[in-house]
Amino acid sequence: MDNTPSTPTSLVAKKAPQVFRPLTWFMPHRIILIGLAIYLISLLINNLNWYWIDEYQDDILMGLWRTLVLLVTTFVTGFILAIPIGLVQVTGPKYLARLAQSFCSVIRGTPLLLQIWLIYYGIGSIFPEIEWLRDSFLWPYLTDAWPYAFLALTLSVAAYEGEIMRGAFAGVPKGELEAAKAFGMPPFKILTRIWLPRAIQRSLPVIGGEVILQLKATPLVATITLIDTYAVFSKIRQETYIVYEPLLFMTAIYLVLAGIIALMFNRLEKKNEAH
Amino acid sequence: MFIDYQSMSVWELLAFNAPGWGGTLLKGLALSLEIAILGFLIGLLIGIFGALGKLSKNIISRDLWACYTTAVRAIPELVLILLIYFALPSALNALLNAIGLEEIEINAFIAGVLVISFVQGAYATEVIRSAMMAIPTGQIEAAQAFAMPKFKILYRISLPAMLPHALPGLSNLWLIATKDTALLAVVGFTELTLAARQAAGSTKEQLLFLSVAGLLYFIISLLSDVFFKYLIRRANKGQMHG
Repeated sequence: MDNTPSTPTSLVAKKAPQVFRPLTWFMPHRIILIGLAIYLISLLINNLNWYWIDEYQDDILMGLWRTLVLLVTTFVTGFILAIPIGLVQVTGPKYLARLAQSFCSVIRGTPLLLQIWLIYYGIGSIFPEIEWLRDSFLWPYLTDAWPYAFLALTLSVAAYEGEIMRGAFAGVPKGELEAAKAFGMPPFKILTRIWLPRAIQRSLPVIGGEVILQLKATPLVATITLIDTYAVFSKIRQETYIVYEPLLFMTAIYLVLAGIIALMFNRLEKKNEAH
Repeated sequence: MFIDYQSMSVWELLAFNAPGWGGTLLKGLALSLEIAILGFLIGLLIGIFGALGKLSKNIISRDLWACYTTAVRAIPELVLILLIYFALPSALNALLNAIGLEEIEINAFIAGVLVISFVQGAYATEVIRSAMMAIPTGQIEAAQAFAMPKFKILYRISLPAMLPHALPGLSNLWLIATKDTALLAVVGFTELTLAARQAAGSTKEQLLFLSVAGLLYFIISLLSDVFFKYLIRRANKGQMHG
């Protein structure tokens, strides 16, 4: 889903003088637009029905917590898997490269919802038929939805990020690696000290977008009985018969989360900018 | 009527006619593709307008399009589907009532197309905008020097010239469109994923049907890949490569 070939924009953004930024943010038309937006939001707040927020406060916070835990754990694990997947496609033996490549194209070529269902309902339906599993310590975990959701989301991150890391590894200038070699660095040290950090640094802007995409993918786990933010609001809608308000509030939550992620990666990028 | 699915072979289960479920799956696939194609094309149209809006000198249009693309990129597709599926029809009808027009019905298919094109439009805006920025300004200036009217510059110069730059991004978008149709399963629209789930639920052959659906999606993505690679090769004919 790396669908924004953003090189031209970033070039333009870098050329724009930084000094004018705060000024351009508050041009007259913007003030009017912001005013309109505030007016609209206040209309929504005053005229719609928000009494349920107090009642469901704990549920919402719990759902939010689950969404965040799922997002962070799956992205970190998936990214760790993505590093070798990207690496073998650039430098590994042919059969490993082919294997990694087909893994990426299978995961990227099928919908995540289907993958989640395939893992939860499909693979999950095999386990009850295995006798000894029922008595083992693994059974409570296998009947819970968490491991399946975690596995599906992690594999998805591994495939998408693997593709990005492949490009990032290939994009590190050869001269830097040759310089490291000339210093007599062993191959593994070249990887951990030069190749990987440079590749991650180069792909940071894309990774930020990918984290947001992963955030947008997490509500899918609600379809396999996990109670994340999305599921909590579905429950609220069913119990209170209120149509719009929970939807709007949930939308606002996801907007804010995405905004925070974007800001975090912006700062991270600035800190790690190449000189 | 009780059908003994357990004793049926894989091919009997996948047979085109009932009691086989192959027909249901293929019908789901056809619906998925229809929605994806319509959504992709409408999204492309939105994208062209969006790109022009974002590149125009009008600061208000620039800001409004920026709001649209930012919002779509931040809100989960699943939430957008709920918003358009449940909230849009009643909001629209309330509006139509208020101005004294008759209520209209938005069926699941139209709502699905609307959702996909709304999402695609935002991403297409970004793809087409950066493709248009890659056109050398000299070409546009040359057209202006010939006193070509604005609209003619758009469809004779800008659109054909940006296509080679946009195609890789658009091929990606098409794949996203096909995959996003699966989300309509959540609101009960029987496209391929939900068809597979229904078949799996009735026959208790979860793994089989969900894998077959996955295989169908994968075949679509492979075919699209070949097709777009061909298009990209064609579009880049006669272009210099560094």
